[in-house]
Amino acid sequence: MEKSLNWREFIITRAIKASGYSAIVFVALIFFFLIREGAPTLGEVDLSTLLNVRWYPIEDMFGILPLITGSLVVTIGAMLIAFPLGIGTAVYIAEIAPRWMREILKPLVELLGGLPSVVLGFLGILLVSPFLRVFLDLPTGLTAFTGSLLLGGIAVPTIVSVAEDALDAVPRAYREGAWALGATRWQTIWRVTLPAAKSGVLTAVMLGIGRAIGETMTVMMVTGNAPVLAIKLGSLFSPVRTMTATIAAEMGEVANGSVHYHTLFFIGMVLFLISLGVNIAASSVVFRAKKRAERILS
Amino acid sequence: MKRLLTLNRHLTERIGFTAITLLAMVTVLPIVGTIIYILIQGAPAISLEFLTGFPRNGMREGGIFPAIIGTLYLALGTSIFSVPLGIAAAIYLSEYASDTPLTRTIRIAIINLAGIPSVVYGLFGLGLFVLFLNFGTSILAASLTLSIMTLPVIISTAEEALRAVPQSFRTVSISLGATRWQTIRRIVLKEALPGILTGVILGLERAVGETAPILFTGAAFFLPKLPGSPFDATMALPYHLFVISTQVPEMPIQIQYGTALVLLAFVLTMNLIATVIRSRARARRQW
Amino acid sequence: MNKIIIESLSLQYSDGTESLRDVSLDIRQNAVTVLFGPAGGGKSTLLRCLNRLNDLTEVKSSAGRILIDGENILDPQIDVIALRRKVGMVFARPVPLPMSIRENIIYGLELAGEKRRAKLDEAVERSLKLAALWDEVKDRLDAPAIALSGGQQQRVCLARVLALQPEIILLDEPTSGLDPISTGKVEAALQELKKDYTIVLVPHSVQQAGRTADYAAFFLQGELVEYGEGKSIFTAPKEKKTEDYITGRFG
Repeated sequence: MEKSLNWREFIITRAIKASGYSAIVFVALIFFFLIREGAPTLGEVDLSTLLNVRWYPIEDMFGILPLITGSLVVTIGAMLIAFPLGIGTAVYIAEIAPRWMREILKPLVELLGGLPSVVLGFLGILLVSPFLRVFLDLPTGLTAFTGSLLLGGIAVPTIVSVAEDALDAVPRAYREGAWALGATRWQTIWRVTLPAAKSGVLTAVMLGIGRAIGETMTVMMVTGNAPVLAIKLGSLFSPVRTMTATIAAEMGEVANGSVHYHTLFFIGMVLFLISLGVNIAASSVVFRAKKRAERILS
Repeated sequence: MKRLLTLNRHLTERIGFTAITLLAMVTVLPIVGTIIYILIQGAPAISLEFLTGFPRNGMREGGIFPAIIGTLYLALGTSIFSVPLGIAAAIYLSEYASDTPLTRTIRIAIINLAGIPSVVYGLFGLGLFVLFLNFGTSILAASLTLSIMTLPVIISTAEEALRAVPQSFRTVSISLGATRWQTIRRIVLKEALPGILTGVILGLERAVGETAPILFTGAAFFLPKLPGSPFDATMALPYHLFVISTQVPEMPIQIQYGTALVLLAFVLTMNLIATVIRSRARARRQW
Repeated sequence: MNKIIIESLSLQYSDGTESLRDVSLDIRQNAVTVLFGPAGGGKSTLLRCLNRLNDLTEVKSSAGRILIDGENILDPQIDVIALRRKVGMVFARPVPLPMSIRENIIYGLELAGEKRRAKLDEAVERSLKLAALWDEVKDRLDAPAIALSGGQQQRVCLARVLALQPEIILLDEPTSGLDPISTGKVEAALQELKKDYTIVLVPHSVQQAGRTADYAAFFLQGELVEYGEGKSIFTAPKEKKTEDYITGRFG
């Protein structure tokens, strides 16, 4: 009996360890398949074509610049909205709200994070874009700004939860110290608590950016899907097309192995690398902050 | 002068607090508004026929039964793969791994998995499952893709739940002659179960609502009958909502809202269950 | 007769905290041996070596041997599970496992593969009686153990160890969280138990050391300063350091 127990234990332990490594395997696999299907583009499409301003696959024009700028415009717009709302809400929940309010707000924000992006896109089409068209007197309501508005909503829960954790982690003694020196709660928040949670807040914003740049369905449904180079100020209020939306909209209709197919994977590879960069940067900020805290405390 | 200054400080605080409170309300009220609005607009569409019937007349009439069933299949398929794997990985991180470069790499990999755009998961699923492994556009391929996407959510919540179990339970169990796995199975897992369950539901909630990862791996525009095997493609609620709100001209608005409501009901129910499990476990916990 | 023979045992934790330096000590069968001294002296570390609980901690280096019934238990080849059944341990804070009183007691037996209901029932009664708890809990064995008072919980922990019928019982400040009455009950139980078991106790005070010790070992900063019969150590210590500690000059 003891023997069989040992065998079972051995096998289970092995299985658990193997599962532990699975995350690394999956990231590697994802990267591998993106390269496998995306890298051929570099041989098939001239670099000058790839870095052009025209995305018109039917005529073999694979300029990805308008898609990149499209993603950038929508994301920047989204962050302009999500940053104040997200940090404000986090400060409210962590520092100002009474307990009962906190108990209501936290699940609600979490719920927003769980709303399917296709539902937000749906509401965007039916409510937000008609409203914006009339309110801002635009030729169409399906613009980068519409996307930014909804993407802002999608990025907010990420920002709130990470930033609130960071604010919560600030030792109470810091606040009490500030109060003892005669600071008001408001001054304490601005001069003590927020600066102390700076790295967490920064991480929150970065993860929010990552979330916004990778969002697909909502932007595809509400940004009008026009692959136009978006570098003018007015671009925010005209239709654009993001990298994610391009993949989602066109992948279903391309022949496997075609140049267009490879290029879409290539765009996916760019997206993957962006999210990799954002996440590694975000986690290294946290890591550095932890190190600094350890130095201070020891 | 001095009094004026204090007055000023308190005025600033009053204004500041009001502004922050307003910001929070601007964030939260639209969520509540959205849910109520969809509820009101969608409720009239809900009928037995809508929930159990097939779409007719180019989806402009009839029900959304195959999409509901498809979403259930995908949720089931996703949980078959991601739940055991996710929990096992969480056990590894919480119970076995020490702080080595390898462990840190695993953590970075999990953070990155969580950050990869959903449409990139779709591409990956297409490349690996649909084409390379030749599963075709199928429930299997879509479920596997969704599984990997939900993995980081399950791993991180489950790990947190496992770590919350007091270390002393483990020490005592080991001192009574238990092996590491016996300790995990009889004590740690049992105590962490509510937390793990919460994580699993939140992960599946995400899978149920996602569209982009299944676009090219398993979602079907329209099917006249239910899928018969894991190798068939399937309709799914989020994709169906996308289709009828963007691809079908002259789509009756009521059916659109009805579909959105059903999808929302799925997500809200899961969210509610997770919240209830978590708060009940917190209340009952003795350590 | 010597049950445990410790031969020049040295140990250092990875984080550089509490450690042992070249400790040699023979522990007698059927007696209470007390390991005492100021905090950080290595008493708990030594205790945790005796059932290899230190395996759970990150140990930087260790040397020496511990023989129990002639077998070196620090040998990586030995059956650690069997060792821990033979060498039971009670901790400073009572840690009832999150289950009923009964389940707590039979936990170790079930792990050892015992399934017969009669055997388990008998073990529950026997060990609770030995731990002087039977009369207080016999009507509510299925109640959660956490619902008991601190003193009762600690006796459940003791009974849980006794259920396995070990040969050696290690107690790491088992009464540190208890009131004087509960403490008295535990100490009385120990005096009964030593007839059948070898007991190694880290007391939570010098007074307790004096009350309970058949043999006593004084530890200071990882080294064994003095070891001998309890009576002689507490009345006429040979070492100056021991005397200073016992009389309360430091500690």
